[in-house]
Amino acid sequence: MSTAYGLAGVVVVVLATVLIGTLGVRISRTTSDFYVASRTVTPLRNASAIGGEYLSAASFLGIAGLILAHGADMLWLPVGWTGGYLVLLVLVSAPLRRSGAYTLPDFAEARLESMAVRRAASVLVVLISWLYLLPQFQSAGLVLRTVAGAPVWTGGVLIAVVVAVNVLVGGMRSITLVQAFQYWLKLTALAVPIVFLLLAWRYDGAPGLSSNLPPRFPERTTVSVGLAVTVNVTEPVRVTADGRVDGRTVDGAPLDLAPGPHHIDQGTSVTFPGGASVPHVQGDPVKTDREWSIPLGGDHSLYATYSLILATFLGTMGLPHVLVRFYTNPDGRAARRTTVMVLSLLGAFYLFPALYGALGRLYTPELLMTGRTDAVVLTLPGRLVGGLGGDLLGALVTGGAVAAFLSTSSGITVSVAGVLAQDILRGGVRSFRAGTLLALVVPLALAFAARSLSVADVVGLAFAVAASTFCPLLVLGVWWRRLTVPGALAGLVTGGTLAGAAVAWTITAPPAGLAGALLAEPAAWTVPIAFAVMIVVSWCTPRRVPPGTARMMVRLHTPESLNVDRGTWRPKRV
Amino acid sequence: MTPGGPPPDGAAGGAPDGASARLPGGAATAPGRVLVTGSRARAARRPRYPVTREIDEQTGLGEAYMRSLVRAQFRLAARLCAVLGIVVFGLPGLFALVPQAREQQVLGLPLPWVVLAGAIYPCFVVLGRLYVRLAERNEDDFAELVDRDPAARDPLATDPTGALATHVPGPPGAPRAPDASGAPRPRPSGPADPPA
Repeated sequence: MSTAYGLAGVVVVVLATVLIGTLGVRISRTTSDFYVASRTVTPLRNASAIGGEYLSAASFLGIAGLILAHGADMLWLPVGWTGGYLVLLVLVSAPLRRSGAYTLPDFAEARLESMAVRRAASVLVVLISWLYLLPQFQSAGLVLRTVAGAPVWTGGVLIAVVVAVNVLVGGMRSITLVQAFQYWLKLTALAVPIVFLLLAWRYDGAPGLSSNLPPRFPERTTVSVGLAVTVNVTEPVRVTADGRVDGRTVDGAPLDLAPGPHHIDQGTSVTFPGGASVPHVQGDPVKTDREWSIPLGGDHSLYATYSLILATFLGTMGLPHVLVRFYTNPDGRAARRTTVMVLSLLGAFYLFPALYGALGRLYTPELLMTGRTDAVVLTLPGRLVGGLGGDLLGALVTGGAVAAFLSTSSGITVSVAGVLAQDILRGGVRSFRAGTLLALVVPLALAFAARSLSVADVVGLAFAVAASTFCPLLVLGVWWRRLTVPGALAGLVTGGTLAGAAVAWTITAPPAGLAGALLAEPAAWTVPIAFAVMIVVSWCTPRRVPPGTARMMVRLHTPESLNVDRGTWRPKRV
Repeated sequence: MTPGGPPPDGAAGGAPDGASARLPGGAATAPGRVLVTGSRARAARRPRYPVTREIDEQTGLGEAYMRSLVRAQFRLAARLCAVLGIVVFGLPGLFALVPQAREQQVLGLPLPWVVLAGAIYPCFVVLGRLYVRLAERNEDDFAELVDRDPAARDPLATDPTGALATHVPGPPGAPRAPDASGAPRPRPSGPADPPA
């Protein structure tokens, strides 16, 4: 991809975001438009805003990359990220809106009348948000590195700075219109290039993916290794390398690579002859195209699939930046209708990543060697569509990717900054500013420290934590009168500890085999345990049912058209 | 409506409540009157306030109404989740147990791709729409039931002419809520005896 066009894509989106963020404040209302917008925002715009905020780098880049590397099993990821909204719709959407809660800790406090539960919820919101932000920064680095060859830390820092500026001047988040626009930008950025890519694929004879061989380089290919990798060579191959391979310096000389692991240093370029088998980065499975195209091929893949389904379907409702958007709906019914529209919008968007993944398998197999499969969406347009058209399409997908980081990061940052300011710092505007910086700096530091992981995998872990903590709290809180304060607290702590430990283990040094599978996809055991603990402890402490439970049930479930007493609880506002 | 409840007791002409005790004396001075003891006792236990007020005051009756709403909505949600669960948990099971299903070609593509990368999304939307319609119907039924003027809900309590009273004394369970038009909703419309 041409650097100039790619950078242009980045700059245009960043500038537009900053401009709308700073100028928009003056146009829009002063503090937050949520209270005012709730009277005027239509369900379509609201649903677009939810979609714009929800579709992160994991959706825009990560899914296609995971499908490229792992195949059909990963199709469940977008299915779960959409289906999560169906579960949210059915179980909690209208009651959440009716609760009047603005954040998850608000809901916890309103329902259980306990500051302890509120604080536990706050801590979890912060942890989930950091886990969600970490891969956004990492893949921002990937994008800048792919389009401009910049060092990986620059992307994360750029995104963090833009988000900080925007949040601190109070823009972006408060403007539903901007988030709504981001959805359509992201949809366009995937939909338009795919038309040209599919045309190019047809022109190429529409090759399929059913061979019984692992991917091969279709022609003589030079692979530039951006970050040092260890790759597994499966059959002997003579390459020409420029850089350092296996600790020896090679400068453009032919080199025989024997089967087995080889270490390739940063900045090395390796040229493979056409037809050579693509060496896979260590840790990625080597699959033939046929194995790749059918589900349930690998070890423990049935467990992993079920666990992934649980995490994504149940985790969506517990994401910190989702609930706050429901506040913009005028009432519970509108919240439901908006959610159905979100389902349509997400379904439309998620038709595309699978296509990118499959085309990437055909045309950019070298990503399997560099391990940067997340870059497939960015790489394909330049590879398949040459010339100016390819450059322009490349700029479009790059802009879409930047929009994905910015909208999601801003949404989460505002949510977590509010929680930090209100529940952990002292409250007020200064605390909100401090909270914003804290919300960004910690995941940024983690992004540099943690090993590079697939963006969609880490986001998947955030879903698992949300599913193990907030899902039981919300579902039982909305439907079960006998939920008690100790029950809720015990469930949150248990689910959070188990899922959090699994996440930490997976990110730092995952064990192999079944234990690794259990830790990498913890939801299948953490979610049932969290539910069970919450229920059993509530049964054991029947006297600690909050006194206002009956009134809260009225508030959560009666339609707004009825004139009934819904209690006086109001969320505190930063 | 007035805080004292509906215009009391129709044709009984100012007879205070607990009328059955006074009936023998009163009957002598009012020829042509009809004994309505049985139905009166039943009518006296009926709520005289709109149910919203029962809910606000968290009486047993109000609680019963609320529970019925929550239960109806929860049943609906559970049913939808069950359908969703069968689909999404069934698919991996199907692929695991029936290897042909994994490799079956549909429209030139493997079946799992056709389902997971395309067909399942419209199904989600259809399920979502269905849920919204049913959930709103539950709420409408509830609102109609609860918000209705007690006069309309209980003809015995307010019938000023006594016309209705004359032909009610038959079976005590006869025409209650005669204008209930919506879907049958047995539980909330039934509680003649508010649970304690």
